Amino acid sequence: MNIISDTLVPARAPYSAVLKAGQIMRIIDLKSQQAVDALFYNATDTTERYSAQDTLAAQAAKGGRYDLTTGSALLSNEGRIMLKIIADTCGFHDTCAGACSCEANTVRFGHETRFMHSCRENFITELAKHGMSKRDLVSNVNFFMNVPIRPDGELTVDDGVSAPGGYVELRAEMDVLVLISNCPQVNNPCNGFTPTPIQIIISES
Amino acid sequence: MLDLDNLTPEQYRTRYEALQETARARAASPKPVAKFADIADKDIISRDAIPPGWYACLRLKRGASLRITNMSGTPGAAFFMWNADETSERYNAGDTAKLQWTTNLTTGRVLFSDMGRVLASITADTGAGHDTIIGPNTPAQTNGRNGRDNLRGAAAKFGLSRRDVGPAISLFSPVAVDAQGSMRWQGNPPAGAMLDLRAEMNLLAVLSNTPHALSPAQQASGPVEYIIHRAPKAGADDLCRNFTDEAMRGFINTDGFFAA
Repeated sequence: MNIISDTLVPARAPYSAVLKAGQIMRIIDLKSQQAVDALFYNATDTTERYSAQDTLAAQAAKGGRYDLTTGSALLSNEGRIMLKIIADTCGFHDTCAGACSCEANTVRFGHETRFMHSCRENFITELAKHGMSKRDLVSNVNFFMNVPIRPDGELTVDDGVSAPGGYVELRAEMDVLVLISNCPQVNNPCNGFTPTPIQIIISES
Repeated sequence: MLDLDNLTPEQYRTRYEALQETARARAASPKPVAKFADIADKDIISRDAIPPGWYACLRLKRGASLRITNMSGTPGAAFFMWNADETSERYNAGDTAKLQWTTNLTTGRVLFSDMGRVLASITADTGAGHDTIIGPNTPAQTNGRNGRDNLRGAAAKFGLSRRDVGPAISLFSPVAVDAQGSMRWQGNPPAGAMLDLRAEMNLLAVLSNTPHALSPAQQASGPVEYIIHRAPKAGADDLCRNFTDEAMRGFINTDGFFAA
């Protein structure tokens, strides 16, 4: 196993990298209960990008759940496999609830939260570095985020269950641009109300 | 004044749980009765019937209303919309569910943009179920005409591209999570299922007569009709504007966009 990069992403910070097909990205929740929001784009044509609805439709057709874990294939808006989850110590990762934003925070938590840092601020910063804009900010994965959907339809953000050092591993099935926001949210339990650093290791065999 | 960046974890939790409790009380309270107002001929702006597999590009002014009728009980109709004044702002499925703490979108609920604003209100709904988690069908489910391509077709006709088409909503699509956490199709909606949406911003929208991705039948069974019409202005006691604290805050943002 050849390590290509090993990065400590500070609490609340963005990160981006290109994964070549076959490379593996390990995201480590160092301190526990830290949500990691991620966007994925075909590195050679970013208008092909991760689609939560394609991913969940394919998973549901096989009787699978509404969340992601080992064995989940992350599909693009062209229905192609972008990445696969090949290891996971947590058990479920959300892809329904989207990323937090300053504007959505005003609705969810009150207008007094408008000027608190959020994932979409991180994403817009990182998208700009790759020649993209808010138009390109579509559905994402929230690793380590616990978002149960109950049979009565209730959707909540509950306490995370990932343990210190817990990780998820993804193998790229095409060249993929990965954008990450180490979630700064403190108004719900997705980060244990205390955002913490994460570690990202990219490797190839 | 609270220093929101520096509360203790216990203080943040207390705030969150209070919001959650309010949302749960709203969800547990009696459902509002759907009232479908008669539409006078003089108020009709446009109307059409969309044949199976096809779509319509719609323009709605803020305050106009859209009545959609599923004539045959076809298994789903895809829908997506943009703010006509700033098309980078568009329907956001994740926010719509998360901000209202529910995937059950029916009478009284609203549809949010990615900018914390209300794009449209569900002013009346016969309750067939609408799904924004899995959504419309794509070429993965059918070789025929499909929701994904139709939404992109409409986007193109508005001068937009596939970059501008995000997770959509499939109307008339009864889907529920079972005890194992699988999303399941609950059977076709009834013929005559109906939905009234009121535009809360100037909208570009697409309505596509194509099934939900999980429907066993992947051919639409009959026409979907729509009527765009002038509607009474929402009053201070409007159902959707007052249904939840979240909607009230969303409407503050929406009204701010139009403040002269």
